[in-house]
Amino acid sequence: MGKTIIEKIIKNNTGIDAKPGDIVTVNVDRVMIHDIFIPFVASKFEEMGFKKLWDPDKVVLIYDHLVPASQVDDTRHFKVGNEFVQKYGMKNVHRSDGICHQLMTEALYVKPGNIVFGTDSHTTTYGCVGAFSSGIGYTEMASILGTGTMWVKVPETIKVNITGKLPDNVMAKDIILKLIGDLGADGATYKALEFTGDTVENMTVASRMSMSNMAIEAGAKCALFTPDEKTAEYCEIELDDKQKDLVGDEDAVYCREICYKAEDFVPVMACPSNVDHVEPVKDLVGKEIDQVFIGSCTNGRLEDLMAAASVLKGKHVAPFVKLIITPASRKIYRQADENGTLKILADAGAMITHPSCGLCCGRTGGILTDGEVVVATNNRNFLGRMGTSKVEIYLASPRTAAACAVAGKIVEPV
Amino acid sequence: MDKFSGKIWVLGDDIDTDIIIPTEYLALKTVDDMKPYAFSPLRPELAGQISEGDIIVAGKNFGCGSSREQAPEIIKALGIKCVIAKSFARIFFRNSFNNGLLLIENEDLHDVVKEGDNITVCVNNFIEHENKKYPIAELPQNLVDIVNAGGLVKAMRKLNGLD
Amino acid sequence: MGMTIAEKIIAAAAGVESVKPGDIHTVELDRLMSNDGTTHLTIDMYNKLKNPHIADVNKLVWIVDHNVPCDSVKTAASHKKMRDFAKEHGIKFYEGEGVCHQVMMEKHVTSGELIFGADSHTCAYGAVGAFGTGVGCTDYLYAMVTGHSWLLVPETLRFNLTGKLPEGVYARDLILTIIGKIGANGANYMAMEFGGEGLKTLNMSDRISICNLCVEAGAKTALMEVDEITLDYLKEHGREPKHVFKSDEDANFAKVYDIDLSTIKPIVAKPHFVDSVVDAKECVGTHIDEAFLGSCNNGRIEDLRAGADIIKGKKVHPMVRFLVVPASADVYKQALYEGIIDTFMEAGAIVMNPNCSVCWGSCQGVIGENEVLISTGTRNFKGRAGHKDSFVYLASAATVTASAIKGEIATADMV
Repeated sequence: MGKTIIEKIIKNNTGIDAKPGDIVTVNVDRVMIHDIFIPFVASKFEEMGFKKLWDPDKVVLIYDHLVPASQVDDTRHFKVGNEFVQKYGMKNVHRSDGICHQLMTEALYVKPGNIVFGTDSHTTTYGCVGAFSSGIGYTEMASILGTGTMWVKVPETIKVNITGKLPDNVMAKDIILKLIGDLGADGATYKALEFTGDTVENMTVASRMSMSNMAIEAGAKCALFTPDEKTAEYCEIELDDKQKDLVGDEDAVYCREICYKAEDFVPVMACPSNVDHVEPVKDLVGKEIDQVFIGSCTNGRLEDLMAAASVLKGKHVAPFVKLIITPASRKIYRQADENGTLKILADAGAMITHPSCGLCCGRTGGILTDGEVVVATNNRNFLGRMGTSKVEIYLASPRTAAACAVAGKIVEPV
Repeated sequence: MDKFSGKIWVLGDDIDTDIIIPTEYLALKTVDDMKPYAFSPLRPELAGQISEGDIIVAGKNFGCGSSREQAPEIIKALGIKCVIAKSFARIFFRNSFNNGLLLIENEDLHDVVKEGDNITVCVNNFIEHENKKYPIAELPQNLVDIVNAGGLVKAMRKLNGLD
Repeated sequence: MGMTIAEKIIAAAAGVESVKPGDIHTVELDRLMSNDGTTHLTIDMYNKLKNPHIADVNKLVWIVDHNVPCDSVKTAASHKKMRDFAKEHGIKFYEGEGVCHQVMMEKHVTSGELIFGADSHTCAYGAVGAFGTGVGCTDYLYAMVTGHSWLLVPETLRFNLTGKLPEGVYARDLILTIIGKIGANGANYMAMEFGGEGLKTLNMSDRISICNLCVEAGAKTALMEVDEITLDYLKEHGREPKHVFKSDEDANFAKVYDIDLSTIKPIVAKPHFVDSVVDAKECVGTHIDEAFLGSCNNGRIEDLRAGADIIKGKKVHPMVRFLVVPASADVYKQALYEGIIDTFMEAGAIVMNPNCSVCWGSCQGVIGENEVLISTGTRNFKGRAGHKDSFVYLASAATVTASAIKGEIATADMV
């Protein structure tokens, strides 16, 4: 019987022909820990009695949520992290290079077919290159650090097929928001998403990343794209036969199949305060806004900044409205500097911050207060996520967000 | 643990991890430091009202959002005996069992209870509310193993020959 | 009897022929600057007035720079209060455009003006020969409502500068040397006036840096003689001087210091006082956790260039967080244009949007318990940059950058 992508990855990893619902123990190819959780991982690891990491080279530590430190105790996380790195002989550490999920693929830690876990729910991102990646808690991370293994329940797969050409004002973000709206915030819980169709085949890896990143907002365990030539180029590898075979078989069993025509998509927003509360932008036009945030592991990549710049070129942010731009990584920041994008954004009145999680994680980077409205390109609009519980957060694509910044209210991008 | 009763607190659908503990407080040193801020975006007074042995009954997708393990740890630290919801988000589900917080899925209970009611839970068997029994599924064996070991940390200590 | 620059500005603002130290005069103010450190308090007091009004809204400039982007719900509320008030009353308002004093220098201040700022480093405006002085929000509110205030005419300390700073020595080293010499209260209530041939060797950025820090010697204001460099700067920024004043030959100075710039060396101010200065060489080897290049004192393009020249082709020490924070949006854009931003990014620095950053010490790079910062910021008071048990050394952009590379305090000639 045929297999879905996730079933193939698990088979390649364990040698077991597992079917959905089976519980299997997988060998972990790579793990990611970020600054918020390293103190907890470190203490659990030692409490468990481990003396060494199962493979120090497979462990990546990234400081991103707390860069730059906004509270006096934040730097304690760096201290604990640095001690852990030294004590256990780790090499893979990024102290101010950008957001963990961007760096994991950009710095070539993840390859197609890998099984990767991270102490962050948006670890689903690496499905963009055909890796099975998922978020876990710090206790489980500590046990992987010692054993190199983890139990997983093989998920059922929902297949999402998208064909055709997207309208010019629609980005990958609009697709994933629409899908989450259709599935609901728990519509893919415990399940894998698998994306197919010529629309996603024609997408950049960066766009696929926006989609796999947000799959968790529908509850998904992972979100997978078939690796192709673009993936190979991005990962700086040649695909081997197993990687080329990471495509859902014709006779694979899916628990659900959803088909979209690309031409039918329109710019959308996730409205306060649920990611699955999705409405077309045209139905929200005119709502006054106070701030726009463009960044995050969902939409802080070069193509996102360039999409924003194409809207902002020669224009200026509306009076009394703030536009905060936080590139997802040091590399992206430098590329955007080199190709003139930052100049356009700065001339338009944007505040360009250092690459980090910024406002998305709600600790700094543009916190808001009662009665304020923000349009943001990140992945969550939960109550209180960016300030008080009376802040309204609308999630949108970078193109939509930039258009709103110029107008000072919600408008549909052209 | 097999059978217990408690007063319930009722929460809605999609209670996310940012509601359970906002990111602002995540870098506080200990779970006890964070405890007062539990559920603060939604019900700032709730953390102070919960007593040892209380039970949370919620709608669907409880614990959706981030991987922060402080979410189940705080709920446990508040004294909550177990959380009963229509469904749970998967990372939260794993984190809870790894920390010894019991979760029970039940579709129907949430629609009939009101805050302050008393219920009785018989693990792997049923929940009783106002003389009506609601059957609950048995836990998978691998989770039972972790719970029996007293959580994942203890299971790993055993593996490393420590306890 | 002749007058000093400070006395002449006060006399003009008071509409009198002459003033002398110790006199109290009612003065008309030219400009009133306030930032997000205290404006919310001013607004609260304003709203409690019986008949609140603003004397001349065109004199007000409000700038959000301390916690940018906003870091907490508390500051978000005070920013909103400030933004809403500015919008309602038509007050000139900047948010995220840079540190207030730098924005004021770029957009507003001109020679001979008398300016109140609700921030102690308002004395920076003396760089163009404007009398800038820091006030609390009560004084600010009074001036905002009435358009004038009372002022005690200060005595003046005169600094005659001769010679030229040696290569690798900066205005920051000069002013730290002066503060070390006269002490943290050496100019209490006084004006510090700078002139002489040596002044001509100092560009506008140097001058701002010097005047800015004079409050650390207790000065009420700092003033520099207006010259071609000043007039060129004003012209470049589209402004005319209001008055060009020089001290009279027979002006009465409380004390005159002669300073030969060529004798100045790289200096470090040690924790926890600005006047605790030593030769930078004495601190070499001190462990650091963070380095900060920025602030109204040293976040201008000249400072970034000095740092970039040193770090180009080198890397920030892996265990050091090197914060580079341009003082304004204009400085940031210029640095982008010159490739300086990329030099710092390539080296591994944390390049931030223009804001007060760790100099203000409440967000954007604060340091933790027992951590050590070397900074171009204005102050090294205990707890200033974060945790109460932390340590701040002040130094020039060059020394800070060299230290960021070495991972310990170092001078530029060591990297």
